[in-house]
Amino acid sequence: MIDRDADEPFTAPWQARAFAMAVVAAERMGVDWDEFRDRLKAAIAARPDQPYYESWLDALEDLTAEPSPSPR
Amino acid sequence: MSGSHHHIRPKTPQELRTAALETVLIEKGLASTDAIDAVIDAFQNEIGPRNGARMIARAWVDPAYRERLLADGAAAAAEFGYGGMEGEHIRCVENTPGVHNVIVCTLCSCYPWPILGIPPVWYKSPPYRSRVVREPRAVLAEFGLELPEGTEIRVWDSSADLRYIVLPMRPEGTEGMSEEDLAGLVTRDCMIGVAVPRVRAVAG
Repeated sequence: MIDRDADEPFTAPWQARAFAMAVVAAERMGVDWDEFRDRLKAAIAARPDQPYYESWLDALEDLTAEPSPSPR
Repeated sequence: MSGSHHHIRPKTPQELRTAALETVLIEKGLASTDAIDAVIDAFQNEIGPRNGARMIARAWVDPAYRERLLADGAAAAAEFGYGGMEGEHIRCVENTPGVHNVIVCTLCSCYPWPILGIPPVWYKSPPYRSRVVREPRAVLAEFGLELPEGTEIRVWDSSADLRYIVLPMRPEGTEGMSEEDLAGLVTRDCMIGVAVPRVRAVAG
């Protein structure tokens, strides 16, 4: 069933923080947002049933674990 | 245990993990508390579905704007000053008496942020992402939207390259309404396509 009660962008404060951390980190790394988006897709595909923002954290850890590429 | 406060809830694993990652990112120079707070604040207070609703209302009252919106959604958003991340390429799809549109991102959560904000959690959940493609009519019914049998339902799968917004039909009985009041009828769900605008009873 679709959980229509989960009607907000975030259902807990840590989710908003995780969201914003990715936006800030991608900007500071000078990487295109698609670099994060691609990792998010892969994280969701790897664990389709885990809550969305846990996949978001997986993607953010993956993006920021690597050495920073030079800003474009 | 002395010093513990029974009324303070222990942090969840997700909260602990997020806090730990924030610390690491700050140490690496990839984030700061202020920058994170600023992004949260922007999405709570400036960037949200009211932006899209203003565009829809404009399209209802201004045929020339409607044409521009259908031709290039991102350019039509830019006319209002809306743009930025996840808003580079937007296609507006128009509901008609015979066709109803609904948007999804089957692979993750692509969504036109500058005009709709951050999507609700259900939009990002596996049941919506898979079922709206397979059985859109049943999903819309769960949202309380019963469409006539003859209405064609088109499901648009968003991607990194193209995001969608639905242009709903202007409800009957709104001929005398101002553009601002019309925008008030356009909910986020109307622009996702899981609802249609309704004229609410206006108190005296």
